[in-house]
Amino acid sequence: MKSIQTKNTESEAVFHIHSVSKIYQMGEVQVHALRSVNLDLYEGELAVLLGASGSGKSTLLNIIGGLDVPTAGEVIFRDHNLTQADDAKLTEFRRDHVGFVFQFYNLIPSLTALENVQLITEIAAKPMKAEDALEMVGLKERLNHFPAQLSGGEQQRVAIARAIAKQPDVLLCDEPTGALDYKTGKIVLEVIERVNCELGTTTAVITHNAPIAQMADRVIHIGSGEILSIEKNEKKASPSDLVW
Amino acid sequence: MNALNKKLFRDFWHLRGQIIATALVVACGIASFVSMQSTYVSLLDSQQNYYSAYRFADIFAHLKKAPESLKTEIEKIPGVAVVNTRVVSEVTLNLPNLTEPAQAKIVSIPEYQTPMLNDLHFLRGRYISAGSSDEVIISGAFATANNFQIGDAFEAIINGRWRKLTIVGIALTPEYIYEIRAGDVFPDNKRYGILWMNRKAVASAFQMDGAFNDVTLTLAPGVSESSVIENLDRILKNYGGTGSYGRADQQSHRFIANEFSQLKVQGTFLPAVFLGVTAFLLHLVLSRLVSTQREQIGLLKAFGYTNFDIGLHFLKLSLTAISSGAVLGIFLGMYLGAGMTNLYADYFHFPVLQYSAGWFVILFSFFISFGSAAIGALSAVRKAVFLPPAEAMRPEPPARFTAGFLENLGLQKYLSPIYRIVLRNLSRQPIKAIFSTFGISLAAALLFTGFYFFDAINKIIEIQFYQIIRNDVDVTFYQPRPGKTRYELKNLPGVSRVEVFRAVPARLHFLHRTRKVGLLGAENNSDLRRIIDKNGKVFNLPPEGIVLSKSLADILEVEKGDKLTVEILEGSRPVREIKVAGTIDELMGMNAYMEIHALNRLLNEDDVISGAYLSVDSLKKEKLYADLKETPAVAGVGLPSVALNSFNETFGKTIGTFTFILVLFASVIVFGVVYNGARISLSERGRELASLRVLGFTQKEISIILLGEQAVLTILAIPFGYFFGIIISMLVNNMVDAEIMRLPLVFSAQTFVISFVVTILSAIVSGLLVAWRVRNLDLIEVLKTRE
Repeated sequence: MKSIQTKNTESEAVFHIHSVSKIYQMGEVQVHALRSVNLDLYEGELAVLLGASGSGKSTLLNIIGGLDVPTAGEVIFRDHNLTQADDAKLTEFRRDHVGFVFQFYNLIPSLTALENVQLITEIAAKPMKAEDALEMVGLKERLNHFPAQLSGGEQQRVAIARAIAKQPDVLLCDEPTGALDYKTGKIVLEVIERVNCELGTTTAVITHNAPIAQMADRVIHIGSGEILSIEKNEKKASPSDLVW
Repeated sequence: MNALNKKLFRDFWHLRGQIIATALVVACGIASFVSMQSTYVSLLDSQQNYYSAYRFADIFAHLKKAPESLKTEIEKIPGVAVVNTRVVSEVTLNLPNLTEPAQAKIVSIPEYQTPMLNDLHFLRGRYISAGSSDEVIISGAFATANNFQIGDAFEAIINGRWRKLTIVGIALTPEYIYEIRAGDVFPDNKRYGILWMNRKAVASAFQMDGAFNDVTLTLAPGVSESSVIENLDRILKNYGGTGSYGRADQQSHRFIANEFSQLKVQGTFLPAVFLGVTAFLLHLVLSRLVSTQREQIGLLKAFGYTNFDIGLHFLKLSLTAISSGAVLGIFLGMYLGAGMTNLYADYFHFPVLQYSAGWFVILFSFFISFGSAAIGALSAVRKAVFLPPAEAMRPEPPARFTAGFLENLGLQKYLSPIYRIVLRNLSRQPIKAIFSTFGISLAAALLFTGFYFFDAINKIIEIQFYQIIRNDVDVTFYQPRPGKTRYELKNLPGVSRVEVFRAVPARLHFLHRTRKVGLLGAENNSDLRRIIDKNGKVFNLPPEGIVLSKSLADILEVEKGDKLTVEILEGSRPVREIKVAGTIDELMGMNAYMEIHALNRLLNEDDVISGAYLSVDSLKKEKLYADLKETPAVAGVGLPSVALNSFNETFGKTIGTFTFILVLFASVIVFGVVYNGARISLSERGRELASLRVLGFTQKEISIILLGEQAVLTILAIPFGYFFGIIISMLVNNMVDAEIMRLPLVFSAQTFVISFVVTILSAIVSGLLVAWRVRNLDLIEVLKTRE
C-alpha cells in the first residue's frame, strides 16, 4: 500500500455543512467557536481537519458527529437534517451512522476488548463480527484482555475496532494519536487508513499535528472558527512514511 | 472566610443531593430517638410527679371486713408511713344512655376533704358535701365516655336497692391512671368507672359501719416492701384478706410500667439501627469525595496545609450534613413526641401530661449523631490525611478488571455487555456492595418489623376474640352462687347457652417463688370460652390438677408433674398441694386453670359458681340487659365485642402510629442508601457513561448500567431484610412484658409483600431522581479530559 490514489472528490457529498456558527456563552462572554462555516464531506474520502488548539476543529467534529448542535446554520447528513434533531434523534443518528475514535480511547474498563466491541455490534443495524473488527486492527490475539491489560496503542486500536464494527457511514477521529507515542501513533494511523481504504468509510481525522495531513485526500485548515483553506492532496502518503 | 472554608461551601453545594439524602437519614434516626425517648421521659415525669403530689400508695390490700380499730395495728407495722382504710365495692349501674348494665367501683372518701393517699385531682365540680349520701365524684374517663356533666344523675344498685346518685365532681387519681375493671385487659370507659362517695353512706349501705374492707398504705423511705406485705397479710388473714401487693401488681401501675418499658426499649433499639446506617452513608459519601479530590488534597499538602487542616476540612463537611440532619430530626422528633404523648393521654389519665423533650435527650441526640458522623467519617478522613502529596497529585490509576466469578462460572456468554458491566462493577468492589446491601436490608428489616406488629396484633385478635372468647356476654356475681343459678340464667330472655366458671384469688408457691393469681375453674369442653394456645390449638382441662400459662410456669420455674402449694385467699383460705397437670403457651395474661369441679373440691364446696358466659340472641339483647340490671346478684356484665373495640382503639392506634413512622423512616433509609450509591457511581463513572452516550447509547440504556447495580443490590438486600426483620421481631418480642401480652411470631404473606414493595418503590424513586441527572452528562467534556 505504498501508492494510494486520491479519491474522486466529485463523488456524492455525505455531509453538507452550510453557514454553521457556534457561539458558547461562557459566563458573560460570548465565544465564537465557529463562524459561518461551509464544508462538504464526500463519500469515502479521508479528510484531515488541521488546526491549532482552540481553532474550532473539535467543535466542528462534535457538530458533525451529532454531539452538539450549531447556534446557526444547517448540517445535513444525507436526508437527515441534524440541525433540528432533538437529543433522541441525535442519539439515533450516532448509533446508526457514526463511529467515534477519541484521544483517550474511552473504553469501558469492565469489559474485555471483544466485549467493548460487542457492546456496539449488539445495538447496530448491520454490524460486522466483533472478532473480525478486532482482527482488522491486528488484535486477534488479545480478544479477552481487559483495557487495563492493554497498552495505549492497543487500547486505541480496540477503540477503532469498536468504531468500525458497526460499519458506520462516517468515522470521526478526534486527535487519535494525541495520547500515543510516535511509533504506536503511526500504527494507529495505519489502521485508520486501512479502514478507510478497505471499507470505504468516509473518515474525518482532526489533529493539530501537520504531518498527519499528508495521508489525507483533502486537508481542511481551520483557524479562529473559520475554514482558512481546503487543499486537495494530490499525492497521498502512507502513514508509515510520515515523520513528525 | 478562608479559602479552605470557601471550598467547603462549594463542595457542600456540589454534593447537596447526597448530603440531603444523608441528612434525611440522620433526621429519621434522631427523630425516632427524640420522639420515643422524650415521650418516655415526659410520661415518666408526669407519672412520678403525679404519684408524689397525689400520694399514690405503695401497698394495696383487700379484705372481707375488719373493724376500724385494726388500722392502728397496721400502722404499727415497722416501715409503714401512712395508712388509709376504705370501703370499696363493685356496683351495677343503670346509665341513662345504655341499655346494658354498667359497672363501677365505689371507693369511700372521708366526709370532709383532707389530704389522703391516692388523692383526687378535680377536673370539674367539687368535693362531696358533708352528710350527703347520694353525691358522687366520678372518674374522668368514665365521665368523658358517657358525656356526663356536673349535676347529671344515674342509678346504682347499692346493696340490692336502686339508688339515685348525683354527680358533683369529676376527678382523676393516680390509682386509676389506666381505668380498667379488675381482670380485664382493655379499658371500657363507657361501662366501667370509679365512683367516690361519702364513707358513712357507703359503710351503711354495705354494712361496714365502723369497719373497712380495703387498705392502702405508703412506706417509709428505704423499707423493704416484702416484709411489710408479709406483716400486713398476717394481720388481715383473719379478716378475709385476699393478699396484699405492691405497685408492681397494681393493675393501673403495671400497665403503665409495661408500656413505658416497651417505649424505652423501642426508643433505644430502633434509633441505633438508623444511626448505624447513617454512619455507613457518611462513610460512602466521604470516601468518594476523598478519592475524587485526591489531586486537590495532594496540592494542598504540597503547599503546606497540615494533615490536621485537611482532616478537619473533611470532618467539617460530614458534621455539616450531620448537624443539619440532627436539627431537623430534633424538631421532627419533638413534633412526633408531642403527638405520641397526646395519644397516650387518651388512655392514660394524668392531671397534667406535660410534654417536654428535655435537655438531656436533645444533647444526647447531638452527641450520638456526632458520634456516628465521626465513625462514618473516620476512615475517609484517614485516607485523606495519609495520602502522600506527590502520589496524590497523580491521577488515580484506571480501574483494574480481571476475569472474575462471572467468567469462572462461564456465565458471561448469557449476558449482554451492559449486564456484564453491571455485574463486573459489583464484583470488583464486593465490600462496598456488601455494605450497601446491608444498609438496604436493615431498612427492609425495619419495614418488615413495622408490618409484623400488625400481623401479631391481628393474630392476637383472631385467637383472643374469635377463637377463645365466643360468648356475647359475661356475667359476674357479687358472691359465689349455687351451681343451679345456671338454669336461672338459661331462662333469661335470648340466652341460648350458658357456661359457668368459678374464680378465686390464690397465691401459688413453689420453693421460694410465689405469685398471686386469679385461679379460674372452667368447664371442660367449653365452647364459649375455650383455652387455646398461641398456635390456635384447643386445650382440654384434665379432671384433676392445675394448668398454668407457660409464662407463669416460667416465673415459678415449675414443670408438668411438679407439686405446687396453692393458698386460696378467700373463704376458709385452704392451703393445698396440687400437681401441675400441664402448661399452655398462651398469648395473653398469666393464667392458672382448673376443671371447675376440681376447684370446687379444692375449696371444700359444693357446685358453686362465680359467674357465667352467655351466648345470646342479638334480637333479645335489650330485654336481657334490662333483666340483668334488675338482678341484684349480678355485679357486672362484660361485653367482649366492646373489649375488641377498645383493643383496636388503644393498641391499634399506638401500633398504627408507630408503624407509620417506622415505614416512613425505613423508606427514607432505602432512598438514602440507593440514592447515594447511584450518585456515587454516576460521578465515579461519569466518563464511562458519557462515552457510551457518545457511542449512541440512549439515556435509558445508560440508566440501566447505572441503576442496574443498585437494583441488584436492592433485590439481594430483600431476603436479608426478611432475615434481619425476623430477628428484630424476635428481639422486640422478648422485650415485651410477657405478663400482659405475648406477641405471637407470625408473619403474613402481606408483610413479606408490602415490605418488598415499599423497599422497591423507594429504591425506584431514588433511582429515577438519579436517572434524571444522567441527562446532564457533558458528552463533549468527557472526550477531552482524562478525569
